[in-house]
Amino acid sequence: MAAETRYILICSGKGGVGKTTLTANLGIALAKQGVRTAVLDADFGLRNLDLLLGLENRIVYTAQEVLAQTCRLEQALVKHKQQPNLALLPAGNPRMLEWLTPDDMKTIAAMLGDLFDVVLIDCPAGIEDGFKNAVAAAREAIVITTPEVSAVRDADRVIGLLNTEGISPIQLVLNRVRPKMMANQEMLAVSDVTDILALPLLGLVVEDEQVIVSTNRGEPLTLNGANSPAAQAYTNVARRLRGDDVPIVDPSQERQGLRAKISRLMNTKIF
Amino acid sequence: MSLTLRDAINRLLGRQPASASTAKQRLQLVLAHDRSDLNPELLQQMRREILEVVSRYVELDLDEGDVSLATEDRVTALVANLPIKRARDVVLPAPAAGA
Ligand SMILES: Nc1ncnc2c1ncn2[C@@H]1O[C@H](COP(=O)(O)OP(=O)(O)OP(=O)(O)O)[C@@H](O)[C@H]1O
Ligand SMILES: [Mg+2]
Repeated sequence: MAAETRYILICSGKGGVGKTTLTANLGIALAKQGVRTAVLDADFGLRNLDLLLGLENRIVYTAQEVLAQTCRLEQALVKHKQQPNLALLPAGNPRMLEWLTPDDMKTIAAMLGDLFDVVLIDCPAGIEDGFKNAVAAAREAIVITTPEVSAVRDADRVIGLLNTEGISPIQLVLNRVRPKMMANQEMLAVSDVTDILALPLLGLVVEDEQVIVSTNRGEPLTLNGANSPAAQAYTNVARRLRGDDVPIVDPSQERQGLRAKISRLMNTKIF
Repeated sequence: MSLTLRDAINRLLGRQPASASTAKQRLQLVLAHDRSDLNPELLQQMRREILEVVSRYVELDLDEGDVSLATEDRVTALVANLPIKRARDVVLPAPAAGA
C-alpha cells in the first residue's frame, strides 16, 4: 500500500497546449524511475491519452464500469507492456459527463491510492464541469502553458480557481518554447511568464518535431531513451517532481555565436 | 516598467517595440481586470468618484491623471496617478458633533 499517494492534476485552461502529451511522457518517465504511476484520463468528452500511450487497442473497461461496480479496478487498468509500473485508467464515454460528480472522482482517486505512488490526472480544457471533476481528484497541480498571450491568460484563470480549491503546490511547465524567437524578443520570455503567473517553474519544453513523430507511433518520447530536447525536458520534469535538483536551462540564453551575443546584449534592461 | 536596449533603439528609430514587450504589457493590463473581477462600469464610476473627492482638495491635471488597475504577484491594486496643479484653499470642516 502506498504511503502517501500524490495526486497531480495536469491542466491549462486553454485547449491544445500540451496537457495530454505531458501526462503521457511524465507517466512513462516516472514509471522508468521506479515510481508506480497511474494516469487517469479525466477528459471524458475527448479522450486521447490512450492513443498517445499506444494503449488504445487494449481498453476493455473504463472508469465508468468501475464506478458502476460492474468490474474491478484491476480489470479496468491498462498496464503498459514495456513499463509495467505505468497503468492507464481510461475515461468512460462522453455520456458519463452528465452524471459524473466530483465525489465519483474522489472515489476513483481513493481506489487508485491503494496501488500507486503517483496519480497523474489529465484534465480537459476549459473550466466547466469536466475541470471541476478533475480537480476533485487532485491535491497538487501542474499548470502547462505556452508563451502566448491567450494561453497565459487562461492559465491565470485556472490558477485562480486552483487556489480557491486549496490545491498546493501549483507548478508551471512552459511548453513549445522557440529559443530563437525568445532571444529576439518576439516571444514572451521565460521570466515574463513566471513573473506574471507567479508560479515556480517545474520545466521548460521547447518546440520539438519529435513530439509529433512520437504521437504518430503511440510511443512517448520518454519511452525509448530518445535524446531529443523535449524528451530530456520531460524526463527532467519527472526528476524535479521527485525532488531531484535538476537546474533549468533557458534555451534562449544558451545559443552561441555573435548573433546570439548581440541579441543578449539587446535584451539587457537599461531602465 | 522595464525597458531593454532593444526597446530603446526601436523607440529612437521610431519602430514598433518588440512584440514580446507589447504582449507582456497587454497581459498585465488584462490580468489586472480578470483578477479583480470588477465590471468595467463600476470601475468607471469609482474612477469618477475618486477624482471628484480629490478635486475638492486639490486642482488636478485631468488630462494627465489616471486611476487604473495594476497587478503583481497575483495581487491587484488600484493605482491612482493624479498630477496636482495647485492646492485649493479648503476650510477644514468642523468635526461632526459626537464623532
Ligand atoms: N513541445 C512540443 N513541440 C511540438 N509539438 C507539441 C509540443 N507539445 C505539444 N505539441 C503538439 O500540440 C498538440 C496538442 O497537444 P496535446 O494534445 O498534448 O494538448 P492538450 O492540452 O492535451 O489538448 P486538449 O486541450 O485538446 O486536451 C499535439 O498535436 C502535440 O503533438
Ligand atoms: Mg488533452
